[in-house]
Amino acid sequence: MVENRPWLNALSHLVLITGVVVVAFPVYLAVIASTRGPNDFYSGLVPLLPGPHALENYSAMFGAGLSTSGAPPLGLMMTNSLIMALSIALGKIAISILSAFAIVYFRFRFRLVAFWIIFITLMLPVEVRILPTFKVVADLGMLNSYAGLSIPLIASATATFLFRQFFLTVPDELMEAARVDGAGPMKFFRDILLPLSRTNIAALFVILFIYGWNQYLWPLMITTDTGYYTVVMGIKRLVAVADAIPQWNYVMAAVVLAMLPPVVVVVAMQRLFVRGLVETEK
Amino acid sequence: MQTKRTVFGNCVLPYLLLLPQLAVTMVFFIWPAGQAVWQSFLQQDPFGLRTSFVWFRNYERLFHDPNYLNALGVTVVFSISVAVLSLGLGLILAVAVDRLVKTRLYSALIVWPYAVAPAVGGVLWWFMANPTIGVVPYLLRLVGYDWNHALSPTDAMIFVVVASSWKQISYNFLFFVAGLQAIPGSLREAAAIDGAGPVKRFFTITVPLLSPTSFFLLVVNTVYALFDTFPVIDATTKGNPQQSTTTLVYKVYQDGFIALDLGSSAAQSVILMLIVVLLTVVQFRWVERRVQY
Amino acid sequence: MAAITLSDVRKVYAGGVEAVKGVSIDIADGEFLVLVGPSGCGKSTLLRMVAGLETISSGTISIGERVVNRLEPAERDIAMVFQNYALYPHMTVRQNLEYGLKNRGMAKDERGRRIDEAARALEIAQLLDRRPRQLSGGQRQRVAMGRAIVREPAAFLFDEPLSNLDAKLRVQMRAEIRRLQSALRTTSLYVTHDQLEAMTLADRIVVLNAGRVEQIGTPMELYERPASLFVAGFIGSPAMNLVPLAGGSAQAFDNLPAALAEEGRVLGVRPEHLELTDRLAGEGEVGLAMVVTSVESVGAESFLHGALGESGPAIAVRIPGYSRVEPGVRLRAVAPRALLHVFDQTSGRRAA
Repeated sequence: MVENRPWLNALSHLVLITGVVVVAFPVYLAVIASTRGPNDFYSGLVPLLPGPHALENYSAMFGAGLSTSGAPPLGLMMTNSLIMALSIALGKIAISILSAFAIVYFRFRFRLVAFWIIFITLMLPVEVRILPTFKVVADLGMLNSYAGLSIPLIASATATFLFRQFFLTVPDELMEAARVDGAGPMKFFRDILLPLSRTNIAALFVILFIYGWNQYLWPLMITTDTGYYTVVMGIKRLVAVADAIPQWNYVMAAVVLAMLPPVVVVVAMQRLFVRGLVETEK
Repeated sequence: MQTKRTVFGNCVLPYLLLLPQLAVTMVFFIWPAGQAVWQSFLQQDPFGLRTSFVWFRNYERLFHDPNYLNALGVTVVFSISVAVLSLGLGLILAVAVDRLVKTRLYSALIVWPYAVAPAVGGVLWWFMANPTIGVVPYLLRLVGYDWNHALSPTDAMIFVVVASSWKQISYNFLFFVAGLQAIPGSLREAAAIDGAGPVKRFFTITVPLLSPTSFFLLVVNTVYALFDTFPVIDATTKGNPQQSTTTLVYKVYQDGFIALDLGSSAAQSVILMLIVVLLTVVQFRWVERRVQY
Repeated sequence: MAAITLSDVRKVYAGGVEAVKGVSIDIADGEFLVLVGPSGCGKSTLLRMVAGLETISSGTISIGERVVNRLEPAERDIAMVFQNYALYPHMTVRQNLEYGLKNRGMAKDERGRRIDEAARALEIAQLLDRRPRQLSGGQRQRVAMGRAIVREPAAFLFDEPLSNLDAKLRVQMRAEIRRLQSALRTTSLYVTHDQLEAMTLADRIVVLNAGRVEQIGTPMELYERPASLFVAGFIGSPAMNLVPLAGGSAQAFDNLPAALAEEGRVLGVRPEHLELTDRLAGEGEVGLAMVVTSVESVGAESFLHGALGESGPAIAVRIPGYSRVEPGVRLRAVAPRALLHVFDQTSGRRAA
């Protein structure tokens, strides 16, 4: 800090406290709503203080769900989300680190072509190829399956670039020393490169877990069987019901449950999260 | 392209290593994208019996379709508003944090909404803005404004902009903080010695030096507003009222997936692809420039 | 242990740049050979070709009886010490030493025995459970040496192993490397750009310049009879005084034999062979006149820097002890004629 100006510092605190409140307030309301009874939402203003029905609301949503919504219990949807998020995160890391290894540590024909094919995925988000991708997945018989939920999303240029960038910073001599020490490519990969990439893998995992958990359009397209619904897309069904019959206590319990896992991951691993976020944008 | 000084000599292994990624990319990215391009030149008759090659007629039709032009306008207004709102708030918070010394708690409290799914964020604000019981309409009634996003296109647009910007603030905040910390303290000290006050320093030193970060964030936020906000719209307004919140991406989904107008949806997809390509090129030009620093 | 033979080895990079232009060297079994030269002379490339880290464009390299051109580094039975040590950062010192042995399928007892032995020789036994980042530069250097020693290879390859150390530690490690090599008698090929390192370590030195061998010889041979202008300027510190005999610079000498005083020659004399005097050169001597421009005293000795004659080529003279000579003073110096070097200006080779 250049000079000490108390009023500027006070203003900074004020701005930050306002910011934190604005950012947190919608979530606060959701938590409050999830603790109230069903009769608190018919008129007037949403309740601003907690009520006694938390346990009841959460266990109802977790175990049974909203029968009128056509969505399964939250427990099932969260399990599906977990499976999807983990498969996407681990799958992306696995295939990206292997292809980055190939691109950095080998010289072979079509290396540049491979690099460009991977690069192009950056330019083709799901949203711009909705129908044809749906058709491919349908033709492969992958609708309503965990494979369909995760495999089409595991190709990732950003993760590959992150690992490529990192591998380029690993001193060349390490690989040379390993070769002199009698390590072939895969042995070097397993014994040296993989342990050195640990932090990068962890940081990437945090980002990718959130990415996978928060998928919405993809599960919406390829699941018709409620047994494969994920929690983030399932929310839509609940809201549609809440607009007709105000059961906001249940809906908000579901909302809180849907955002809990990724928020916990971010809060618990904040440093890895920030690092992952910044690194993947390089 | 860069490799190591020495490389492993093996002819088959690199292809095997690349196989999983290339296979997934070809099957689920390149092939469908190619299909979209091909489809965009085809038209089915109303009974779905015959398909004919119609060159650019699907595109022509789009640009004469008032609904599509409306979606284009909505997207422009929506994207600019989201970018300006989330960048502005992110910057203000970042500058405030940068002034203070003990900031870990503040940062922690501002950063977590990034983890909230856009769909969930949309629902949170849907609840806040509920015309009967929501907090926002309640406060607005106090100042004499009758809020109803179910009927008023303006209210609906404001709603999706706020709901979409909310989680993006934390992202912009993080990158602005990083950008601010990268500005050498000696520069600000030098400016202070030269007699520039805090406000003047902000506009003459901080803002120019922050411009690479800002530009990068502008691109990222535009991409976010264009594509990643689909869940916000789909979980709440569904493009209504009067298509006032139907963005380009939402229209692709509606026309293709709900109304099953294949040719038109494919043409819309191709236009979106061109937009992404453009944005990616812009972003990479920027990365290259940054490398030279 | 084994001899290493390089015959007409060339390296041409993909872009057409020729880094090594036909080098032939015979390294005897147990010999300590130092490759020295300025940066970009091809010395590291040559070493890496012996190691198997660079392909060989043409010529052959053999270690022992085997031609190793097409062998993987691990199959060549060599160990290498890198400039930045290249220790595996996530492994302890013990694991670093053990890695190459494990990969070769050596039994656990034998691995333990070799590691203990190397750790004792290098005095790193107390560091075995630490990780590289917990070690000082000198300790890392020792571990890198240890990793080479435990392998008990046919040859050690050193790629500027001391250049990341500070000056004092460098002198210490230099002595240590020499001591270890003489104890183990393992054929060693050592690359450096530092002529002092080369002079103190080598059994024989190879001076490389622009991808070619300038001279091969023992340190004393190189010092006493440099085969070219390049070697004359490269070996010895401060560098040899080299005076091109052109434009009348011969006038500043006295008692210079007519046979030497031809145009197109370059006369060389080392600063330590010049002696200040106030007389003309006598029998078997050559004398010169100079103007002092600056004086450097380093305690045990001093260096007078000046110009030949009035304003000719630079001349340095080493004198023992402290010097009171002021800049601007005119002096005479003499050197024995036998210590005079004569080179041909155009070819750069030694003429007499």
